[in-house]
Formats: sequence, C-alpha cells, structure tokens
Amino acid sequence: MARTVILVGTRKGAFLVDPDGGSTAIQGPFCETMPIQHLTHDPATDTLYAASGSPWYGPTVWRSSDRGATWAQSSLGMGYGPDEPPVTRVWNITPAHGALYAGVEPAGLFRSDDGGLSWTHVAGLREHPSRPEWQPGAGGLMLHTIVPHATDPERMWVAISAVGTFHTRDGGRTWVAQNRGIRSIDGPPDALPETGYCVHKLAYHPDRPEVLFQQNHVGVYRSDDGGDSWVEIGGPLPSTFGFPMVVHPHEPSTAYAIPLNGDQLGRYMPDARMAVWRTTDAGSSWQQLTSGLPEHAWVGVLREAMAADRADPAGIWFGTSTGQLYGSRDSGDTWSLVADLLPGIESVETAVLA
Amino acid sequence: MATVHVPRSLAALIPGMPRTIEVAAGDVRSLVLALDRAHPGLLDRLCEPGPRIRPFINLFVDGTRADLDTPVEPSSVIHVVPAVAGG
Repeated sequence: MARTVILVGTRKGAFLVDPDGGSTAIQGPFCETMPIQHLTHDPATDTLYAASGSPWYGPTVWRSSDRGATWAQSSLGMGYGPDEPPVTRVWNITPAHGALYAGVEPAGLFRSDDGGLSWTHVAGLREHPSRPEWQPGAGGLMLHTIVPHATDPERMWVAISAVGTFHTRDGGRTWVAQNRGIRSIDGPPDALPETGYCVHKLAYHPDRPEVLFQQNHVGVYRSDDGGDSWVEIGGPLPSTFGFPMVVHPHEPSTAYAIPLNGDQLGRYMPDARMAVWRTTDAGSSWQQLTSGLPEHAWVGVLREAMAADRADPAGIWFGTSTGQLYGSRDSGDTWSLVADLLPGIESVETAVLA
Repeated sequence: MATVHVPRSLAALIPGMPRTIEVAAGDVRSLVLALDRAHPGLLDRLCEPGPRIRPFINLFVDGTRADLDTPVEPSSVIHVVPAVAGG
C-alpha cells in the first residue's frame, strides 16, 4: 500500500518520517550524521538521494535504493579543477529527465547520468560572463535551487545566492541571467545590474512552466514569462524576508511562503507567531494560516524546508531550524506537530513509497 | 607493507573498508592512490582536487604530521586523524 513519507534533511543526518507511523514514525539518522542540505526521492528509480557537505570529508551525494536500509556516497568528478576553489558542499539534488543534477558551493552545477556514481561539471554556467562579479550571501555562494522544465529536458532554471536566477534553453551549454524587475540587495534603487540578487527559492507548477514564484531576500516575486521579468507580489505579507517557496501540486495559482522578521532580528516568524502564508490567486492576496500552529515560537524555516505532497487534498509540510516538523493534510487550513526534537532541519521533501 | 589506521568516521563512509589496512607505497601520495584503488571513493574523502589533503584531515607517518610527499617505509604506521572540531 502506498504511503507518504516525509524526507527530512538535518544538520546531523537524514531522517524518514512516516506521519502515520506512531512509535516507529522516525527512521534515522542516516548518512553518518553528516549535515544534509537536501534529501529527496527519485520516483523513476525509487532511489533516495541526500546532498551533503562535511567540514572534514568534503561534499558528497548519498544514495539509497532500499528505502534507507543501506547507503553509499560518491563525489567522483565533483570538482572544478586544481586551479579553482574546491567544492565544499552539495546544497540541492534534483532528478530530471533521467539525469541527476547537483547544485553546489561555490556555486556551480553538476550532472550525473549513472544515478549518482559519478558527476560531470555543467561548465556553461560558470562560464557566464558575470561570474567574476558573483558574491556570496550570508550563507555562502551556493547554487541552492534547481527547477527543471517539466517537459523540455533542454530547459532549466537555477538560483544562486546572492547572484540571482539563470535559465538555459540548450541543456546547460549557455545560460541567461533572469533578474529583471527584482530589487538588488544592496545597490541603489535605480541600479539594474545583471546579477547581485539574493534569490532564496524558486518554485513553479509543471502545468504552467512560464509562471515562476520566487522568495527573495527582499520580497516575493512572480514571473509570467518564464523568468524574463518579475513583479513583486508580497505586498500584504508581514515581511519581505523569508526562505522557502512552494506551489500547490494541483492548483497552479496557489503558493506558500513563510515570512520571517527580516535578516537582522533573529530571522524568526514575525511577532513570534508561527504562520504559513498562502495565496490562491498567484499573489494578489494572501491568507495567514495559523490553525494548530503555536504562538510564542521564536523559530525560523530555511530555504529547503517546506514541501507539498501530491495527495488530494494536498499535504503541506515544513521543518524549523530548531527541529520541529509540522504538517497540514488540508492544503494549509489546519496544522499539527508531526515530529519534534530533531536536529535543526535543513530540508523537507515528500515521497510516495509503495 | 605499511599499516594504515583510519578513524571510524571515515571507514563508515566506504562500505566494506576495514579500520586497519596494509598498503605498499613509497610516499603518502601513492599510498592514498593505492587506498583509493582498493576502496573507491576514499581519495575524494581525504583530498580536495589537486590532490591536496583536506584542511581538517591530518595524516601522520610514524608519529609525524605528513603531506603528500612524505616518504613511507614498509614498516611505517600511518594514522588518519580528523581535526577535533564542531558541535
């Protein structure tokens, strides 16, 4: 019988959480308690992948083809060359069109065509003319988001902090910066540099690949032209600052954000009121969702730590940087605590396991 | 054959790799490459591209901190020691 499992990457290992599992709900920690920036599942191969970076042993991608019972790891080929800075961490792992993509720090993209056994640098991205100008955000200079086009394997968006969004239409050979309409993080208001934008997360619905949502350091944005231009849609939100961005799996105009109280005040949810915000009209209006979520919660949620499942109604799940996992089985109307006392949560994904 | 002792945290990353390994090598560089041939993936855990020993990894040959060019004798004992750090 198929069941939805919540995949949780933490500062100290990977966990699988069965929200219906009772006392056996939590399996882990896996991956030798390495920091896990992202844990995901490829339904095409029924394989779990975990993106990691150990201060001692370097970057690597873990894989498990037996639902977490055994794991192996490899970073073979994951380097820019001896004269370039070493890759220190893998931030995102995304399967697409039979391949596997890894976003890393310092910012770059790697591809595997053998299920994560070996990696090839997608060199075109770092050959972009703007690369000498790329500067890190507070979390580093990393490629943290990979959005493959749903049907065209030649197209993909990636997001780099604090550089911006890039798009390829030729399988990664060439890339175009797509940041028009977004406020530069520290430039004058009328400055329009090609890069220097602190994108935190991109999301889209596969049925509408030209509509992208973005949580940025300085606002929430939407693009209706595949990233060529962006408009700010976060006006009603209590803060411009937040990390995750998720689109509802069945309703392309419904998206979720978790505003935090800015980058200087602890990065908590505003007024310590835990809340997820939902738009059902692509950003024209937003609703604060709090039913079942606590007050007096000085917590934050990181960029990879919210996800939707594909149930109907859809489940929405998020994890805090202090180790609480919350879920909603009704698209955000009501919430409950699913797991507590985990290590700090870096990532949340869902998988349907048969 | 030199004797290499690896920490539990490293052995756990390479399925089937024992904590103590006998290796024939003339220096640390060839020792690391020989270890990687026997236990694929070990080189990437010990070294950055170059190769260069990772910043928080220390290799000691007969009690003295080594680099990749340090000679290794057949009687040598090598310890791989991760830096004590973190929280």
